[in-house]
Amino acid sequence: MRTSVALPASPASRTRPQSRQVFFRKKVVPWLFVLPILLINVAVVLGPALSAVYYSMTNWSGLGPAEWVGLANFQRLAADGAFRHAFTNNVVWLAMFLTIPVGMALGAASLLAPVKRGSLFFRMALFIPYVLPSVITANLWRALLSPDRGIPAALTDLGLPGFDRAFLGSPQTVLPAIGFVDNWHWWGFLMVLFLAAMQNIPRELYESARLDGAGRWREFMDITLPGIRPTLVFMILMTTIWSFLTFDYIWILTQGGPAGASEVLAVLVFKEAFRNYNAGYASALGLTLSFFVGIVISVFVVLRRRGWEI
Amino acid sequence: MATTTTTTTTPPVLPPPKRGRMRREQSLAPNYTVLGALLVFALGPLLILSFNALKDRAELGSNPLGPPLQLNFANFAEAWEVGNFAVTTRNSAVLVAGTVAAVLFLGGMAAYSLAKLNLPGAGPLTMYLLIGSSLPIQLYLVPLFFAWQRLGLVNNLFGLILIYVATNAPFAVFLLRSYMLQIPSDFEDAARVDGASEWQVFSRVVVPLSWPGFLTVGLVVALSVWNEFLLATVFLTEQHLFTIVTSYANFATRFSRDWSLTSAAALMMILPIVAIFLLLQRRFIDGLTQGGLKG
Repeated sequence: MRTSVALPASPASRTRPQSRQVFFRKKVVPWLFVLPILLINVAVVLGPALSAVYYSMTNWSGLGPAEWVGLANFQRLAADGAFRHAFTNNVVWLAMFLTIPVGMALGAASLLAPVKRGSLFFRMALFIPYVLPSVITANLWRALLSPDRGIPAALTDLGLPGFDRAFLGSPQTVLPAIGFVDNWHWWGFLMVLFLAAMQNIPRELYESARLDGAGRWREFMDITLPGIRPTLVFMILMTTIWSFLTFDYIWILTQGGPAGASEVLAVLVFKEAFRNYNAGYASALGLTLSFFVGIVISVFVVLRRRGWEI
Repeated sequence: MATTTTTTTTPPVLPPPKRGRMRREQSLAPNYTVLGALLVFALGPLLILSFNALKDRAELGSNPLGPPLQLNFANFAEAWEVGNFAVTTRNSAVLVAGTVAAVLFLGGMAAYSLAKLNLPGAGPLTMYLLIGSSLPIQLYLVPLFFAWQRLGLVNNLFGLILIYVATNAPFAVFLLRSYMLQIPSDFEDAARVDGASEWQVFSRVVVPLSWPGFLTVGLVVALSVWNEFLLATVFLTEQHLFTIVTSYANFATRFSRDWSLTSAAALMMILPIVAIFLLLQRRFIDGLTQGGLKG
């Protein structure tokens, strides 16, 4: 960090060419190191993101010239039933992912934290689904959930009621079913994060709690949860953001179907842009989506400024 | 591999309090039970996948979930042919190699500047990368696609590599920076006194000393590129450019009833990933949990 140690040139003793050299070495060279990747990032992310703001106010199809339409896209969006439906699905998705994976991961991590024998094995094995590509996971579960020869069929054969249905094919169950598949791949990652945080909690806290006669539940509530709060809050924030952006599993499994039942905002953007060639409207949707993400982040930042310890 | 990083080994000295010892020994049985059940949940589907890859079609019809009664390896060769794996593996490998090389090289340079060179404007740059990394891809995807189309970078592996480099850049820069910050400045200062240029300090001193960071970033980026779906679907639409992932998506739709074939293809795709993961799991997990926070 302190480059000045190497170059102790006091202003008085500096001659002109030296000071130019120093300027080059201290101001220009650092930027030369940053520039290549920064330019690529600007070309891919910042430039298109800014032009999305412009295109969102045009009726651009993606191919021809773009015609300025002002806020028409946003007016259309406000009245668009598909948009509201997709937004609702994102909220349902958020509710599922804030509860089920977080609960499973917290439970498993707190069970695994005191385990010594086989700890590494469990951590590794439960993490494996997270490293698999989404197309594999999605298609594997499409087969496993198939009503005629998948797991539901086997359970029905065993005489269990309620499994004789196409979970991915019916509008009532499709969203939870996709959520189930996505969660299969996701929760192990969350568990490993929580576990790492829990292993940083000083063991003595548990020892003394046990001396005080605290049970498992009290230990969890009084020591474990407060001990991992930064990680927990951060992952809740990220889950909230990602829930608005979710795409892969829904697109691969149903493309938003049946009859739009599993459509979410990201799927809508994709369809409008690349199926219906409404690049202008798709940009408006994308911008709105980013706006929601921005709100989530702002709420988080404001709460933290207000002194919430999150 | 054998180093235990996280477990704070409690000294086994404390004479356990009266009820404490009994309780602790008893108390792990339910832990193992629940964890075992979760293990079945996590790995059971993969076991069924492996079973089905080894069954012929007749057996699969009568026994879609259980272990195979006869081992049949013909599915793999057929899936390799039908799924055009020779081409798709090559495409994926080019994308991974190109992206990893560029991200490590260019990201390493940027990280060096941020960590060691007192970059004027480091604050705003960090802010930019942070905001850039939290922008949803759906925001810039549409204009990016049509811009890339005009530049001839759609259906072009290089065009997609550029995008992957950009989207992986913030993560790589931040993680590499944190590794480089841990290197004491004395080494670089000594090199500078000896007349080394910043480039030489970077390539001869800092990179060799922070190689674990490069390995971690390389693994995480390689995994994310290998598995990436959305961008590969949008930017590579010609069949001869399909990646292993996008081609499997088509393959699985085309042969959706032929589980032995799709399972064999899937198994071939995931075995290398799982093998590398198991070999280097600590580095993977560290990298993925340290800020490689992706959905």
